[in-house]
Amino acid sequence: MKEFKVLSPTAILGYGFPAASFEEGMRRKPDAIAVDAGSTDPGPYYLGSGKSFTDRGAVKRDLEFMLTAAIDAGIPLLIGSAGGSGADSHLAWNVDIIKEIAAEKGLSFTVAVISSQIDPKIIKDNLVQLAPAPVPTAKDVADSVNIVAQMGEKPFMDALKMGAQVVIAGRAYDPAVFAAPAINAGFDVGLALHMGKILECAAIASTPGSGSDCMFGTLRADHFELDTLNPVKKCTTTSVSAHTLYEKSNPTKLPGPGGVLDLTGTTFEQATETSVIVRGSKFVPDEGQSYIKLEGAKLVGYRTVSFASACDPIMISRINEIVQAVKDKVASNFEGKIDDYFLDFKIYGANGGSFCSSSVNTPPAEIAIVIEAVAPTVANADTICSFARSTLLHFGYEGRKSTAGNLAFPFSPSDFSGGAVYGFSLYCLMPHDDDNTTLFAPKISQVKDGVWI
Amino acid sequence: MIKLFDMVDVVRSKNSGPYELTFDILFKDADHFAAFVDKKIMTPAVFAGLYGIDESLVESVIAFPPAKAVKITIIRPMASGDLGEKDIYGAQQHSPLLSFEYEV
Repeated sequence: MKEFKVLSPTAILGYGFPAASFEEGMRRKPDAIAVDAGSTDPGPYYLGSGKSFTDRGAVKRDLEFMLTAAIDAGIPLLIGSAGGSGADSHLAWNVDIIKEIAAEKGLSFTVAVISSQIDPKIIKDNLVQLAPAPVPTAKDVADSVNIVAQMGEKPFMDALKMGAQVVIAGRAYDPAVFAAPAINAGFDVGLALHMGKILECAAIASTPGSGSDCMFGTLRADHFELDTLNPVKKCTTTSVSAHTLYEKSNPTKLPGPGGVLDLTGTTFEQATETSVIVRGSKFVPDEGQSYIKLEGAKLVGYRTVSFASACDPIMISRINEIVQAVKDKVASNFEGKIDDYFLDFKIYGANGGSFCSSSVNTPPAEIAIVIEAVAPTVANADTICSFARSTLLHFGYEGRKSTAGNLAFPFSPSDFSGGAVYGFSLYCLMPHDDDNTTLFAPKISQVKDGVWI
Repeated sequence: MIKLFDMVDVVRSKNSGPYELTFDILFKDADHFAAFVDKKIMTPAVFAGLYGIDESLVESVIAFPPAKAVKITIIRPMASGDLGEKDIYGAQQHSPLLSFEYEV
């Protein structure tokens, strides 16, 4: 085999792609279709709650194209980090969509499902900190409602060797789905992983960038080539090399399961008007103990929010002291009754969304205020939010001229329940030996004429 | 004084996992990028001053010549989604860099 071609339809399963791009990708006869479905980016809620951050209808739409095309062409379809976070409930959700499509279209194929859910009972006292995340403790493990481990390419390679045409996996290292079939075909691990690293975000690495368009990768003996499939986009050395930086702490040393992808000697060369050739990426296996990354989330409480705006210049000039006074009033009103809560005021127009306090220099003409209460029960979150809102509405701040009410509310009711709040509880490494484990064991099933056997 | 805004194709911020924020500056011009790096215009101390954070939170400032890029990575003020969060994805923390001024 002189080259191995991989079609990456979209940056995240459910983000969509133009049908014409996908069809152009299939015309180029890929050897595999692969997609990454997950990320920790949308925050801890999705891992904690077991829900997907992508919509079922949107994921089904993408998978209808991918599944039917893969079966028609007789090539593998690989899905990593199913359901967004890759816990068993996410995996089951994605498997259910595949089942539905297979039944509707009467498809036949061999499927592998790979779990990445970690039973807290198998976690020993040997977790390793992944700084700057905190040192993992036994309490963090016990508090976690869902724990997943990030698998590398090996479970996908195993599933393909076992005859699976469709592989649906829980939490996976993003490049793994793209690299696994190419490594099975004998191609270089470093180049395969680096190609996967870029393909996992699909057309984000092209210009103009897009998370909802396809990208095509061709792996050869000593390089890989990336090309767009939409005539309005192209890969340039800048767009591709810049993507190497994206969401990474260090652009040249990218640690992953089993080793580090070293891009120190990587070069980028414009091949055609729309394609870029990448050379020199190396995989350096870990010496000694190998590790896998664990991610866990815990329940923190329940959230209620209220939204309003204010345009009074006196109020805006004093907003920080007003907020503090309202917080004090809430605390004293419920002292001894409700003490366990979190109350925050996000002031938009005055650093509401910024971690940096120096970015607003002139007083804004209008501010938006989000009042947020989080408490161990919905009832207490409602109480704190409601009381903070009514207190702020009528608070008699110094110098006030507008005495009828301090806030403009766009909605009635003014307060909204945000549901359960989760936080990341584990982000660390666990010792793991690929060859001596039942973790990530592919479960093989047959689908015959749309029936899952 | 040169304004960073005028010299770059891209300035962006984003989470690098839930515990770090990373900032990418992609210059338009290779010579200007080289001068910016050689003169050490961006250092952990400069970045910390610009953002009003403690210098110990700045983990690295790395030049990446293939993309004419300088990457700054800092420890997130809180884990993504923790109580008090302002920007879950960390994608809107770039604006102080836009008004950064310097001489080469």
